[in-house]
Amino acid sequence: MSAVVELNQVTKEYPGGVTALHGVDLRIGRGELLAIVGPSGSGKSTLLHIVGTLDRPSAGSVTLAGHDVAALSDRRLSALRARHIGFVFQSFHLVAGVSAQDNVAEGLLYSGLPRAQRRRRAALALERVGLADRMHHRPHELSGGQRQRVAIARAVVGEPDLLLADEPTGALDSASSGAVMELLHDLNAEGATIAVITHDGEIADSLPRQVRIRDGRVVADLRTGAADPADRGGER
Amino acid sequence: MSGTRLSPARLGPRDVLHVGSAGLRTRPLRVVLSALGIAIGIATMIAVVGISSSSKAQLLRQLDQLGTNLLVASPGQGLFGEKVKLPKESIGMLSRIPGVEQVGATGDLAQSVRRSEKIPKDETGGITVKAATEGLLDVVRGAVGSGIWLNEANGRYPSTVLGHVAAQRLGITAPGQQVHIGGRYFTVIGILDPLPLAPEIERAALVGWDGAGTLLGFDGHPTQIYERSTDRTVSAVRELIPRTVDPQNPRNVQVTDPSSALQAKAATEGAFTDLLLGLGGVALLVGGVGVANTMIISVLERRHEIGLRRSLGATRGQIRLQFVTESLLLSGLGGLAGVALGAVATYAFAASGGLPWVVPLWAVTGGFAATLLIGTVAGLYPAVRAARLSPTLALHTG
Repeated sequence: MSAVVELNQVTKEYPGGVTALHGVDLRIGRGELLAIVGPSGSGKSTLLHIVGTLDRPSAGSVTLAGHDVAALSDRRLSALRARHIGFVFQSFHLVAGVSAQDNVAEGLLYSGLPRAQRRRRAALALERVGLADRMHHRPHELSGGQRQRVAIARAVVGEPDLLLADEPTGALDSASSGAVMELLHDLNAEGATIAVITHDGEIADSLPRQVRIRDGRVVADLRTGAADPADRGGER
Repeated sequence: MSGTRLSPARLGPRDVLHVGSAGLRTRPLRVVLSALGIAIGIATMIAVVGISSSSKAQLLRQLDQLGTNLLVASPGQGLFGEKVKLPKESIGMLSRIPGVEQVGATGDLAQSVRRSEKIPKDETGGITVKAATEGLLDVVRGAVGSGIWLNEANGRYPSTVLGHVAAQRLGITAPGQQVHIGGRYFTVIGILDPLPLAPEIERAALVGWDGAGTLLGFDGHPTQIYERSTDRTVSAVRELIPRTVDPQNPRNVQVTDPSSALQAKAATEGAFTDLLLGLGGVALLVGGVGVANTMIISVLERRHEIGLRRSLGATRGQIRLQFVTESLLLSGLGGLAGVALGAVATYAFAASGGLPWVVPLWAVTGGFAATLLIGTVAGLYPAVRAARLSPTLALHTG
């Protein structure tokens, strides 16, 4: 299994002496579905930013889709994000007043594809997340779960090598959470590499791999057999 | 290591416009308010330039009608400051200069014109009494508003034609009324229309040349000789007039060009225009500050959107471009509205004053270019700030 992400002895210090990460090693293989789990303040958000190339480590190396992040300029890093990474946020970050389809198409805006093609692929992505009938709805006309599915469609429309989901169910009720997690499982079953950042142990337990973080260090890296979708119903 | 080179995709012009206008579409009221400052500035400038251009166009049209080939010869001052007189025969001599087509003259009379003998002599109301030749009216392109012009027959009798200012000041509204000149009553036989080229005639009571001699003791020396020549000979005639009119003392003859005096008047009005234009510029500047302010607030409010776009792969340059575009659109909208407003204001002014409607293209393009410049300058700092935002900071909830 080839690695999508490889972190080697990654340390992140913030100005003022706060060290958020201490020598983290992490390897995410292609096609994996993993949880990065830890309480708030454990450094998991920092880890998300570094894996997502939104931030650079103070020390150590990050390799993403074969590129050494440290060697890339801000411009190239932006291009790397445009092509290889998709983000899903706790608060969705959809553009208000714009239809679901256009919100999803926005995910391809910086990819260089022509507009018509962006919209076509956005429609396909919305179909994929089960919102074919909500194509022209604007965010305020959608439920929280639907909004998060639109956001997921936006993240996967460019078929990224890595999907990073930051507390994707944090703002949702349990029914919507279930639907969103199921969607992530399905996308993973189709080949997507997905890392879910969460503080929720239950969600982490439902994923085949758990990387536990505490005080900026990886304290456990567990692989359970829970990947089998058939088992998931039983866990809840 | 993968061999693919990473380079960010360029946004097409349509996408740039789309992204740049996204912020405006969601906040229409703010757009209107912050574009208003720019609009007022540009509207002021366009209206000022437009109104002054329209007035100038009107003046040129007027000059065109009146002709620029009119010259006036009058006595200057003698060597020792004494009053000199033009020779009696100068009218005839002037008309023999090659190129001269029409000649008319007036001669000042030391008389006052009053409504009745009971009014004191000193109260002239600024109205002079002049003897006039029959050809005068044609030379100055004047017209009789009501009544008739002086001719050989009525010129011998106590009759007078009033300039329109003189008639107003005397309270004469129609021919047939009488005025008191030099100890006797004269009947008003005509009132002239305004004469832009000869304001001194507008303020005069005109008496026939011969009648002035017999009735008022006029000595026959002209004080103003008006002549029109062909357009091509104007400057040659101008040279010849002093020597022809008074060969012995050509220096005593002064030649003026009333149409150039009108043009000079228009030029002094231009100075006033500059002041108003400056005011418009200040309004524009204030508008620009308003746009900059709006943009800074917009950047602060949209930290999440900026973070999102960065996570979607936008480069710093693309974020900068987005906000500069937004600022440009904002001020450009204001500029367009201002041009339209200024043009409408000019139209209203022109229509109410019967002037031709002129909005110079240079003012429109210049005004619009100024708004675009202001938009760029106003948007640059907020855009740079937006681009410098850390993408992670922008994504923090709250």
